[in-house]
Parts: sequence; structure tokens; C-alpha cells
Amino acid sequence: MTKQSLEQGESSLNQENVEIIDILVESRRHARHLIDILQEIQSREGYLSNQDMLEVAKSLKMSSATVWGVATFYNQFRFSPPGKKPVRVCLGTACHLSGGQLVLDAVARELKIEVGGTSEDREFDLDRVACIGCCALAPVVTIGKDVYPRMTPPRVEEVLVELNPSSIQKGLGAG
Amino acid sequence: MTFGEIERLARQNWGSLYNGEITHILVGTATCGRAAGSMAVLEAIRREITGLEGKARVSEVGCMGLCSCEPLVVIIKPGDFTVCYHNVTPQMAPQLVEGYVRGDDPCLELALGTVAGGGEEAVYIPELDLFKYQSRVLLRNCGYSSPLEIDHYIAGGGYRGLARALEMKPGRILSELEKSGLRGRGGAGFSTAAKWAMCSRAKSKTKYVICNADEGDPGAFMDRVLLESDPQAVIEGLIIAGYTIGAKQGYIYVREEYPLAIQRLEIALRQASEKGLLGRDILKSGFSYKVEIVKGAGAFVSGEETALIAAIEGRRSWPEQRPPYPAEAGLWGQPTLVNNVKTLAYVPLIIQKGGGWFAGIGTRNSPGTALFALAGKLENTGLAEAPMGTSLRTLVYDIGGGMKRGRQFKAVQIGGPSGGCLPEGLLDTPIDFDSLKEAGAIMGSGGVIVMDEDNCMVDTAKFFTDFSRQESCGKCTQCRIGTCHMFSMLDDITKGQGTLKLLEALQELAEDIKEGSLCGLGRMAPNPVLTTLRYFCGEYEAHVLEQHCPARVCKELTAYYILPEKCYKGCDHCVLACPAEAVFSDEQGLKVVDQGKCTKCGSCELVCPAEYNAVIRLSPVSLVPENRRTKPGTPSKEPE
Repeated sequence: MTKQSLEQGESSLNQENVEIIDILVESRRHARHLIDILQEIQSREGYLSNQDMLEVAKSLKMSSATVWGVATFYNQFRFSPPGKKPVRVCLGTACHLSGGQLVLDAVARELKIEVGGTSEDREFDLDRVACIGCCALAPVVTIGKDVYPRMTPPRVEEVLVELNPSSIQKGLGAG
Repeated sequence: MTFGEIERLARQNWGSLYNGEITHILVGTATCGRAAGSMAVLEAIRREITGLEGKARVSEVGCMGLCSCEPLVVIIKPGDFTVCYHNVTPQMAPQLVEGYVRGDDPCLELALGTVAGGGEEAVYIPELDLFKYQSRVLLRNCGYSSPLEIDHYIAGGGYRGLARALEMKPGRILSELEKSGLRGRGGAGFSTAAKWAMCSRAKSKTKYVICNADEGDPGAFMDRVLLESDPQAVIEGLIIAGYTIGAKQGYIYVREEYPLAIQRLEIALRQASEKGLLGRDILKSGFSYKVEIVKGAGAFVSGEETALIAAIEGRRSWPEQRPPYPAEAGLWGQPTLVNNVKTLAYVPLIIQKGGGWFAGIGTRNSPGTALFALAGKLENTGLAEAPMGTSLRTLVYDIGGGMKRGRQFKAVQIGGPSGGCLPEGLLDTPIDFDSLKEAGAIMGSGGVIVMDEDNCMVDTAKFFTDFSRQESCGKCTQCRIGTCHMFSMLDDITKGQGTLKLLEALQELAEDIKEGSLCGLGRMAPNPVLTTLRYFCGEYEAHVLEQHCPARVCKELTAYYILPEKCYKGCDHCVLACPAEAVFSDEQGLKVVDQGKCTKCGSCELVCPAEYNAVIRLSPVSLVPENRRTKPGTPSKEPE
């Protein structure tokens, strides 16, 4: 996607946003549903924009600081556009003990992004998670809905190249 | 429909499934099974049995707890053995279907064992020793009874507890619970009967029950497995709780990170409603009850009951001062009962079989079973359920199968970030609420991580402190700032910058945090530090005094080194794998790691072929021979 079309896509998404929020808020106009509403917005758009949160605050008659405060408290919410394929490296106890940090370092190195970031081509974003409950298969990485068990730094490279063939050329170029 | 009719219908359906002409194939598709590839296996088996309609049927089931054997497939053949196959791949599907579904060859070379039990008895594999030490109460249906079909659960005795409870006065249920001695399985071990009684006494028209499925402890996955494998048991317990205390609304608070558990719960709730076991006038008893799922947005502190209530109310998940207890003033100010998933799942059986039955399992002060998630350096990782009072040694060596690849046992961490690390010397400690507390650990939610000589205890303490630091909600100063300071002290120690004085300060700070925090999470956050200081002080001292990490884990104190006598000059694996281009060849073609460039990612050690096994880790770094530290003749920085 070119930069221009990305921008266009974004602005049309923003118009949609307002509608989505209207619908959400219309159905359950109560502060107790704040987290629900934020979850639903994120599940549709991938992240919470400032615009979204202001809109939610207005509709629920809350201060925007309260909405922001709740959203930033929970690990689930993100505030920048996600990549197409979210990469989550598990750093639960079992994964940590079997080299999860080395795996995380390897992913960050391969994608050239830091934890919480999105790759330049918006293909991948990277986050660490506390535990996804697959401790017996440690260390574990999830990419989208797929779970990759027993990861190692060399395996990270293989998997990422498989998922994004264009990075093969990059890899060769850099190597 | 009366319960008798519901049960008869379920048995008919169950009977036609299991005792009829049909061969039944069960594929374990809980999250752990899926991670090991069970969805591809399911698809392959479905493909293979096309044309066998009316003769064979595939069902998705949960997890038997044998995570290291996943994907698991069970074939139930009428009039023949029920066989369990392990580490199944899609490529094995044709062989299994051809062999045991179409033909009579049970493919023993792929089998783990036969399956015994089922129906009202707990399922087990008699050929495996690890089942001998277990007594499966919560896990009785897991991996056998389908979580997607309520009839399986009912035919195995499910909802009989509820039917019975609805005929009892709430007072009778409470006295049955009292007799059972059940203690809350969320970690603290508070008496369940006392909690229920308090809620039941509270005078209010509106009351709530919350099932706490916010399993945030890294290294614990029992609640997930239960919800994915046997959700009806939890729902049944939740309904009984509502009836007993006089609530009309129940909530299940599940982590959003458990999408499959949420999906299976939704299906289970719908099926229960369709059967008339939820909703208006349940089983014509006049009792009405609704259950709603609330998806947690991810905060470790939400596991604390007052924080959990704040999260359901749509606020920041901050713990509150108790009293008033939630049992008096909880969700929206109304009396609220908060129970863990496992606690609720025991209830139907206690009602069905009586409190005395439950009290007969385990120890006097901690009756019943304990459910563990075994992970770490063990042969058999997965779930295990043993009577309370079983020793840690039995758990590690008999159920866990001992250390992987014959490694040396070093420590067992029990209770997650609020728990402690116990050394070899304490392996005979019986597992119950009180003995573990005495040893400095806690029962917690039951996550057990076993560590070997390759795990550094300082690094482990640092890991848990890092977790507590990030997950601290920020309400109490001691926890918010104290955990940050503890982390930076531990970080200094792992970098070789510690002093003996720092160790003393660390101990002092840890004790202050224990004193000064409001909720259990803050009060127990220093446990990993305190127990490692108590039992593994020598390891801290090695870091501080000798710059030596005995497990060779701490990056700053460890160097990767290639043994020239083992390295083979024709092999280039490490050179190609190194992301930092730090490996070079010396004049003889043998590889050397340039210590200045090495980022200590460990890739060279992983790729070095087993026949050479030339890459080792050295600590302290001064052990690397001086002539093999950097590439000779290259300036440290290239000129501009």
C-alpha cells in the first residue's frame, strides 16, 4: 500500500469511528460499560485513538482524563495503530526460564522494532505478554492467532521470513 | 423438563455415542493442544473419515493435562480398547484411521496407553506411572468429556449436584460445605463455608456471585484448562453459590488473553440455558439466575477481589481497604461472593457426594486435592491433581517424572510472583496451605516451576520483581516505588555491581514492602526475593564478590567461548547464525567469539552441531583466555 492510500484509508476509518462509537454508546450509555466499549472499539480498529476516547468520554459524560486513566491502566489497550500481524512474545515464568528474553531480543532485532512498536511496513507489531498459559511449550511466541511453541533465536528468523517473504531480500541485503 | 428427564435424555445421547456402533475419535483442542498443532490433526482426521458417516465421529475435547504429549488423540472403539495416541501429527491420521477405525490394528507403536474410567469415574491412563500418585477430582472429565456438549457432562453425573442443592435449604448446603472444610483455591485459603455464610447472612435484596477467572500469575494455567475442558462444572458451582447466598446474577471474570476459554464458556452457558439449568425458574424450583461473562482487560492486580470488583464496575482496578468485605458491600455496594474457578468447580461434587467425602481427601487442615500446573525443567510438564499433603518430592519426581535430561534439581518455585523458591532440602515439605506458608512460599494459585542448575536464582528473583513492578497498580507507595528499587538493586547484582551492603539493604526493603502494602499482591511481592536470599544466599554472594553467575545466565557476567579443541574448521554454523557478526576464524580456521561484538544472544550455542558441542558459557568473563577474546589486528572502531 502506498503512503497516500494509507492516509486515505485512515481518514475514512476515522469517519467510521464516530459511527461505531455512537452505536456502542447508544446501546449501553453507562459508565460501567466503559471497559467493554473500549474493548469493542479496539477489536474493530486495532487500537484506541485520542479521537475515540474523547468521543467515548463525551457520550458517557465522563472526563476524558477518567477514560484515559482507565484505558492506560489495563495492558490490553494500545494507542498506536497495530501491524497486520501482531507478534506476542510470552515472558511468563516458564518462557523466561527457557530463554524467552533471548527470543524477544531476536524478534526485536529481526523486525528492527522495539517492544510496543510497529514495523515500518506495518506488517508486524511487537509486544511482550505476561503469560498465555502454554507454559509446557515454552518459550512461546504468538503471531496473529497462531501459536509457535519452543522458539529459539534461529527459529524466530525462519518463522518471520516465512511470514513475510519480502524480508528475505532485506535479510540478504543486510547480511 | 424435570432433572430426571434431562438426565435420561443425556444418557441416551451419551450411550449412542460411546456404546453404540460408532467409533468415537477425540482430539484435544485446548490452547496447549492447538499450540502443538492439534487443529491440523483434527482437520486431517476429519478428511480421513469422510465416507465413514454413521460409523465414526470426531469430537473436540479439552486437555488431559499431559502437555508434553500434545497433540493427543483418543479413539473409543465399541467393544474394543480405548486407546490414547500422543504427539500425533496430521501425517499419522491416515494410519490411525486405516488401522483402528476401519481395521482392527490399534497402532500400538503410536499409542501412549489405554484409557480407563470415563462416565462417572475419573479418566486416567493406567500404563502411565504419573497417574498413580494423582487423584483427579477437578480433572475427572478433562480431555474426555466434550466441553462443547452439555449432554456429556450430564451423563457423567453433571448437574446432579445442582438438582440436589435446589431441594436443600441454603442452611443445609452451608453445613455440608462446612463439613467438607473446603478452602478457597485462589491462593489465600480462606474457608469457603465462612465466606458463603457471611454473604448469605447479609441483608440485601440484590446480591452477586463472581467467579474469579483472572488467572494472571505467569506460569499458571489450571483455570484456563478447566474452563476450556470442563466449563459446565464451573457454571454448576456458580449456580449453586447463587442459590445458597440468594443471588440472582452471577459473573465470570475471564482474562481477555483466554479467547478459547471465553468461547467455550459462551457455548456452555447457552447450552445450560437451553436445558433450563440457567435462567428463569431453574428446574421448577422457583429460583432464577443469570450468568454473564466479563472480559478482563489484563491487569494482574484484578485477581484481588476488591480490585476485581472495581474492574467489573468499569474503573481502574484498584484494591480497596477491607473491611467492609465484598461479602458485605461489594459489586455496586451489594453483598458479593467472589470465588476462584477451582473452588466453584469442587462445589457440585461436594453437594452430590457429601462434605464428608471431600474432607476424607487430603489433610485435616487442607482437605481435598491440589491442582498444579507443572512447568520448567521437568520430563512431564502439564497439569496434575494430587491430594493435599503430597510432598513436593512426589510432585517433582513421581508425577513430574524428574528432571529433564537427567539435570540436577536446583529449586522449585511455587505460587508465582507472590510465592517462593524452595531448595532441595525442603522437597519433603507437604503441599498444603500452612506448610508452604511456613517455608516462605504460598500455595497461591498452584503454578509450579522447577529449575535446574542452568537457572540463576538472582535472575529468577529479578524476573518476578520485574513482573510485580510492572503490574503494581500504584496505590501504595511501598509497592509502587519499593518494587522499582528492588528491581534496580537486583539488576545491579546481576551486572556484577552489587556489594554486600546492597544485599542487606535489599533484605530490609523487601521486609518494608511486606509491611506497608494494602493488598495481598503487594504484601507478597517480596516473597521471591526473600526466599532466594534465605535459601540461595551463596548465589547472591557469588555475583557480588566474584562477579560469577554460577548458572551462567546473567549476561554481563557470562561470556560465550568456543573450545578450540572441539571446534571443527569445516563447519560454519555459528558464523552464519551470529546476528552480530562476532564469530570469526583464527589462522587455523577454528572459530573465535569476539567478546567486544558479542551480544550474548546464544545463537552460536544453539546451532553448534551436537557432535562438536564446542560452544560453552564461561563465568566470570575473565575465564576466557586472553588470546581468544578479540579479533587480532582489527582496530576496535573502524576509522571514519
